[in-house]
Amino acid sequence: MKKLLEVKDLHISFHTFAGEVQAIRGVDFDLHEGETLAIVGESGSGKSVTTKSIMRLLPQGNSEIKSGEILFNGENLATASEKKMQKIRGKDISMIFQDPMTSLNPTMTIGKQIMEPLIKHRNLGKKEATERTIKLLDLVGIPKPETRLKQYPHQFSGGMRQRVVIAIALACAPKVLIADEPTTALDVTIQGQILDLMKDLQKKIETSIIFITHDLGVVANVADRVAVMYGGKIVEVGTVDEIFYNPQHPYTWGLISSMPSLDSQDEELFVIPGTPPDLLHPPKGDAFAPRNPYAMKIDKEEQPPMFKVSDTHYAATWLLHPDAPKVEPPLAVQERQAKFHASIKGDK
Amino acid sequence: MTEKLLEVKNLKQYFNIGKPKEVRAVDDISFDIYKGETLGLVGESGCGKSTTGRTLIRLYNATGGEVLYDGVNVHGKKSGKELKEFNQKMQMIFQDPYASLNPRMKISDIIAEGIDIHGLAKSPKERLEKVYKLLETVGLNKEHANRYPHEFSGGQRQRIGIARALAVEPEFIIADEPISALDVSIQAQVVNLLKKLQKERELTYLFIAHDLSMVKYISDRIGVMYFGKLVELAPADDLYRNPVHPYTQSLLSAIPLPDPEYERSRKRKAYRPDIHQYEDGEDVRMREISPGHFVNCSEKEFEQYKANYNHKK
Repeated sequence: MKKLLEVKDLHISFHTFAGEVQAIRGVDFDLHEGETLAIVGESGSGKSVTTKSIMRLLPQGNSEIKSGEILFNGENLATASEKKMQKIRGKDISMIFQDPMTSLNPTMTIGKQIMEPLIKHRNLGKKEATERTIKLLDLVGIPKPETRLKQYPHQFSGGMRQRVVIAIALACAPKVLIADEPTTALDVTIQGQILDLMKDLQKKIETSIIFITHDLGVVANVADRVAVMYGGKIVEVGTVDEIFYNPQHPYTWGLISSMPSLDSQDEELFVIPGTPPDLLHPPKGDAFAPRNPYAMKIDKEEQPPMFKVSDTHYAATWLLHPDAPKVEPPLAVQERQAKFHASIKGDK
Repeated sequence: MTEKLLEVKNLKQYFNIGKPKEVRAVDDISFDIYKGETLGLVGESGCGKSTTGRTLIRLYNATGGEVLYDGVNVHGKKSGKELKEFNQKMQMIFQDPYASLNPRMKISDIIAEGIDIHGLAKSPKERLEKVYKLLETVGLNKEHANRYPHEFSGGQRQRIGIARALAVEPEFIIADEPISALDVSIQAQVVNLLKKLQKERELTYLFIAHDLSMVKYISDRIGVMYFGKLVELAPADDLYRNPVHPYTQSLLSAIPLPDPEYERSRKRKAYRPDIHQYEDGEDVRMREISPGHFVNCSEKEFEQYKANYNHKK
């Protein structure tokens, strides 16, 4: 598959009164054409900062891209000018935000808000833009688009508002769509509708999606590939099956075991002990080591490189080093791995 | 289950009464909560589950119906002393740990506010000791007592909210979406804490949430609400194994599970309220389909549901 977007060794810092917070500490990933890549991790792991840097939406003044490249269409977005970025935002790369209440302008009709990128990027006339807007509203499943486009955001429900936001993001048929927790603020039933809609539209418009979330259920539903972030780094990346059925990093193990399954019985929920790392003073070794029951001496001294598990699956943990002792993952993960190996044998 | 702690009878909570915009947030619901159990209440936003919780604890005055706590009407006229006694028995944990703690108060004062009001500590020393003990109970330590809310993370704040609720030694706690603002790994911590406290202190919970897998995990029984009505009430396992009401089925079919294979074959069921086609004056109420499993339905539907229900066993 063709690579559409490449992020190489990205480092981003925020300058605060307390000192330099190293929010992103060397992130590498690719986005292939037509795929959905999910980025998961807890609050503060750097998932939103990474994607905002692709759009260059980080606050000016106190944030800084220290090093690294964001390659899109042969151009390095990390150093692109603001003028150049304005041409890309909303046209080639667009974004859906978490809270549809705050990402729409309450004083503009939704029709005007959807037309904005069409008029700016596509140079459409008002009449053409209106026609296209009606088509877009229809596409995202808003009934009676002709009357709805004259209404204001407060006249829409939460789920409908998120559909409007999706319509704006897709107005110019972007190559990359970044969705930052697009369903977190919505109800389960509405969430299901929005996820189905996004998958359906992805096929129609042939766009690639970067999907940020901390809900593993949503990841299992939408993603082709998954990247797990922790402490400003990607600690494991693989196809959705590899991450869910054959996870290798102890942090991924913790994430998967801390979710109750619908048939889990009365035992206590698994908890990842401790707190996230302080990125003001990032640790010398593996950032997860203090919370990792499997941590070895080397974890505290040296950061693990990405070890290869398969062609598509990599994980940054010393446990994968040939000299590392064999450990038993948590029970929930063992069950998943057993299923995974059984299915591989079945395929052969 | 033994004793009823709380009886809710035909509770109604309307807003903007008599105006064109009248909202029937809670429309004639009845259920009981037994001593020592956790009753989960689920439903989408706007279905009235939070309003129900708030009405139970007298944050709103009920429009109709009654709530009996240990046989005493919660909304009845009470003297100041009776009111105080009642307030001590029932406490609430709120959804947003950022908005529910006063940013200008120290943690020790936030936790001890109830202790002061109810005169539970005889000396400042005893008061402080109680605060330390509560902090320890919820997994924080006594150095935290002199800090302010902004110095804490979301999970820690929710623990402070729990400590505050526990300070007056209540019997019954209403937890209104206590984990929905938290990360997955932190959610597990808070849920484990709530379960541990329930065991140690014989607490009764009303657990309001929209995360269905967490609700299943923590609850003994679950009530499902839709547009101000309770549509189904059943033991937790039974509800997930044999959902009867079409709305419950649609809700359960929408839960995303961390299992890609399952997700690929998932079929969501949509719920359309017009499938019921109730006639005017038809007797639609909660009917018991199997012991402890109630469904809101008409006589005709009841027969249908019952026939289908037995097949599944």
